[in-house]
Amino acid sequence: MKRYDAIVIGAGHNGLTNAAYLAKAGLDVLVVEKNDYIGGAAVSRELYDGWTYSNCSYVCSMMRQVLHRDLDLGRHGLMLIPYLGTINFGDAGNALISYHSKSAAYNELKRHSRHDADAKLRIRADLTRYALIIRKTLLRTPPDPAWMRIRDIRELLFLAKQFWSLGEKEIYEYVRFFTLSAADFLDEYFETDLIKASMASSGIIGTALGVHSPGSSYILLHHVMGDVDGNVGAWGLARGGMGAISKALESALRSFGGAVRSEAEVVRVLVRHGRACGVVLANGEEIHSKIVVSNLDAKRTFTKIMDKRDLPPGIFEKASKYKFHGSSGKVNIALDALPKFTGVPDNPYVNRGSQAYPGSMHTLERAFDCWKRGRFSDVPFIESVIPSAWDPTVAPPGKHWMSNFIQYCPAELSDGPWTPEKRDAFGQAVVERIEAYSPGFKDLILHMEVRTPHEIEQEVGLTEGNIFQGELTIDQLLFNRPFPGYAQYRMPVKRMYMCGSSTHPGGGVSSACGANAAREILLDLRKPSTVPEDDCDDE
Amino acid sequence: MSFDAIVIGAGHNGLVCAAYLAKHGQRVLVVESQDRCGGLASQHEFHDGYRCANAQHVSHFPERISKDLNLVKHGFDGAYADIPLTWLNPDADGAHIALVDGHLSGVDAGEQAAYQQYRHLLRRIASMLAPFWLKTVPPIGNNHLSEMMSFAHLGLKMRALGKDDMREFLRIVALPIRDLLDEYFDHPGLKAMLSWDALIGSRQAPRSPNNSLLALLYRMADRSLTSARADSLICALEASARASGVEIRLSKRVERVTIEPRSECLCATGVELADGEHIEAVRVVSSADPKTTLLQLVGGDQLEIEFAGRINRIRDRGLVSKLHLALRTAPTFAGLEAPRGRFILAPMMDSIEWAFDDAKYGRIPQVPVLEVTLPSLADQSLAPAGGQVLSANVLYTPYAQADNWDDMTRQLLLARCLNVLEHYAPGLRDLVIGTELLTPVDLEVRYGVSGGHWHHGDIALDQLIMMRPTYGAAQYRTPISGLFLCGAGSHPGGDLTGIPGHNAAKEILR
Repeated sequence: MKRYDAIVIGAGHNGLTNAAYLAKAGLDVLVVEKNDYIGGAAVSRELYDGWTYSNCSYVCSMMRQVLHRDLDLGRHGLMLIPYLGTINFGDAGNALISYHSKSAAYNELKRHSRHDADAKLRIRADLTRYALIIRKTLLRTPPDPAWMRIRDIRELLFLAKQFWSLGEKEIYEYVRFFTLSAADFLDEYFETDLIKASMASSGIIGTALGVHSPGSSYILLHHVMGDVDGNVGAWGLARGGMGAISKALESALRSFGGAVRSEAEVVRVLVRHGRACGVVLANGEEIHSKIVVSNLDAKRTFTKIMDKRDLPPGIFEKASKYKFHGSSGKVNIALDALPKFTGVPDNPYVNRGSQAYPGSMHTLERAFDCWKRGRFSDVPFIESVIPSAWDPTVAPPGKHWMSNFIQYCPAELSDGPWTPEKRDAFGQAVVERIEAYSPGFKDLILHMEVRTPHEIEQEVGLTEGNIFQGELTIDQLLFNRPFPGYAQYRMPVKRMYMCGSSTHPGGGVSSACGANAAREILLDLRKPSTVPEDDCDDE
Repeated sequence: MSFDAIVIGAGHNGLVCAAYLAKHGQRVLVVESQDRCGGLASQHEFHDGYRCANAQHVSHFPERISKDLNLVKHGFDGAYADIPLTWLNPDADGAHIALVDGHLSGVDAGEQAAYQQYRHLLRRIASMLAPFWLKTVPPIGNNHLSEMMSFAHLGLKMRALGKDDMREFLRIVALPIRDLLDEYFDHPGLKAMLSWDALIGSRQAPRSPNNSLLALLYRMADRSLTSARADSLICALEASARASGVEIRLSKRVERVTIEPRSECLCATGVELADGEHIEAVRVVSSADPKTTLLQLVGGDQLEIEFAGRINRIRDRGLVSKLHLALRTAPTFAGLEAPRGRFILAPMMDSIEWAFDDAKYGRIPQVPVLEVTLPSLADQSLAPAGGQVLSANVLYTPYAQADNWDDMTRQLLLARCLNVLEHYAPGLRDLVIGTELLTPVDLEVRYGVSGGHWHHGDIALDQLIMMRPTYGAAQYRTPISGLFLCGAGSHPGGDLTGIPGHNAAKEILR
């Protein structure tokens, strides 16, 4: 029977990236996937005749440029299209458009407040500076401060140097930024509530924090941390949907000689003499390999596919403590025509970017209060995109596809488990909110797919439907991700690794976790690394 | 006549600082606007024959300061042991949980064992951090040897915890207190009780990340004092200071700090009192909060604009109100035989969270959560014979009120507090003969504390250590030469510890 060099469990973007780099190093790699399609949460599927839904993740920005170039994803069919701007709807029927063009953005802000227009320039400069440091750490393995091996010391010194080079004042401002709430941070810059709310909303995405929760301000970096084609801070769509990213990664993997097998659910990792040596599939088939890499989240990896007896004592408990707090939902809608929004100028920016519904700071916080009480937000924050407005491949001509990301939607309701009725009520709350800004919207709906954390967990396998494979709070970042002592992609079982978003640097379609894990694996195998160093040509 | 140092404010930190300075031969004057020492911790009569202080218990007061200043000789009566803490069960027939000297009662053996684990972990971490509260933390980023040594020291202390504890510390330090307690315990009441000390005083609730564990560890830094009363500490501090030669002038309000431009910088030369008197001194030490000191007594126009902006952004809006009740006789809490120490009146962590939610929008809570003590149990002189004083901390009552703290709002809050108390101690309402409710706004007006904030600024990661109150003033010096800070707004923070006063004195004498 064939014995592979490596088996990667889960064909999400990180699993595929990991496999691609292992295959590139000459390893014989197999990726096994439980679903009949690949991509995990970076996926596009035809769920309604003629429409291609990216029914989980929907925008791209975090993908590391250097990986994109190195794997030649363009040649494998990936094309990214940047957003033009974002419309933010306020509670009072007002709206704020964030244009990508700097002068247009400034003029639009000036319409609300001249002071804030200037403040926006300052905050953007500040956030970009903060983000540049984080960007440097994304493609590096975090140090373990409890060890004093040469690599750990070197990485610690690298981090310290990044900090020290900031200078005294910046260090303090940086620490503040990391611990403040988005509301406190934005209060220091802005006076207009809608401007604060439109920025603050990106401090809560995917996270069980409110805009007033300490620690929500650094999630604002998602505004500026990513890039599209080298434009730091830009957001974009993948032509053909997010599945195009997975397809390109798969194509790259195959070009290096790797293989992917779908409809192959792993139920158990085989461990002999303290070494991982293969997997058992749901149909009983055993596949053997020299190493096993799990792209599942940390909790699933440790508690579902590992035998507790194979693990050292205490690990099981640690893995069970790993926090998820599912808080996001998704509503995908097939539309008969482009919706019209009241109170905004009819220009291309309206539909060729995203529409966000932050309302106000209080509305955002109240949405979080609902989540805390185990209910979905009755007035949720929504971020909508209509990719079909500038990507003809995802819907029939003249028709449109709309993706709606919703914050907050709890994984567990206080009044019992999710039922189809409750799920529909959640979808209805979302439609009502959009209808308020776009009268007649309801009549355009041809088909609707509502996904609560429950559906996301069932289908994609993200525990509690957490889009980041675990909360991105300080206690679960860097050397604490997924938990202290196991942040360097290695599992307590020899020849077994993790490469999902549960590891550093965390969620977002970045492929960085998979690439970092590949580098560590190749190091253990004493093979030259195929993973490129981050060039970070930001400055 | 000129002094070596003038200390503004005779709160406990001002007194500690003055006493240390005087012990080292300085001529020190303390100026206090009230007619008694003690600041927020001073006693006042709130109803005929009933007296009370805003602060009741002295916890984690360092033994070193007590020894240095000979406080026991001057009448300080504290004995080191934990202050008993009781969680009152809202169900009339339910069991209460008591925590006395580190031993839990009222919960099952599993919870007790978990508590011992939890307590030992926190104790180990707290004692690792303890040395860093009692010293000045140098600024980071300028590569001085002393700074490097200080951080190397912290690094070594952390390593000395051992690999497991160190990793655990780095993981839990920013955890919301709710997540930490959920990992250890099941009993909702126990969790509510244990979360209390991590939350009180600052703007955070059980689900707020980042800040609560440090507040808790700070409060565990030294052993607690069980029998010590705030007034006994203040009296002893006052006596000790006077014995060392400190002059204390009461009922004198400082109007401003006088500033003179010298060759290189601005220099504090003394203070001007409200009655126009000018007193000169080599240096001025303020135990008032940083905002009051720098923006009012000095004036924002004397400061560099960015620094003034940083002082202005200190988060010091208080959220705690004080409720004092004059009771005809001792109240009976259902199912509690001998009340002592502190009682937590919050059924579970979510009750605390919901009270906080109201405060976020500038409203008083529908159901306030309370920490109650009966100070007259330990000191019968506080109330007429047979009477009893009840003092409570009320969470969360925002400084900035949607309704501006008008009479209606106060009455409503008082009524809601009494409802809660009546639930736990049926019949209590009929015993009440006098009430006093001090909202953060009242505390601000009466004691001159900006925002009415206990700690002169939230205990939060970004307002701690070398960022307390803000960088550029975190080593007790200010940009005005000769002007020092020694209040709770400086490292390490509030509560009746005297540590900021101690550290400031050391820094001045250096």
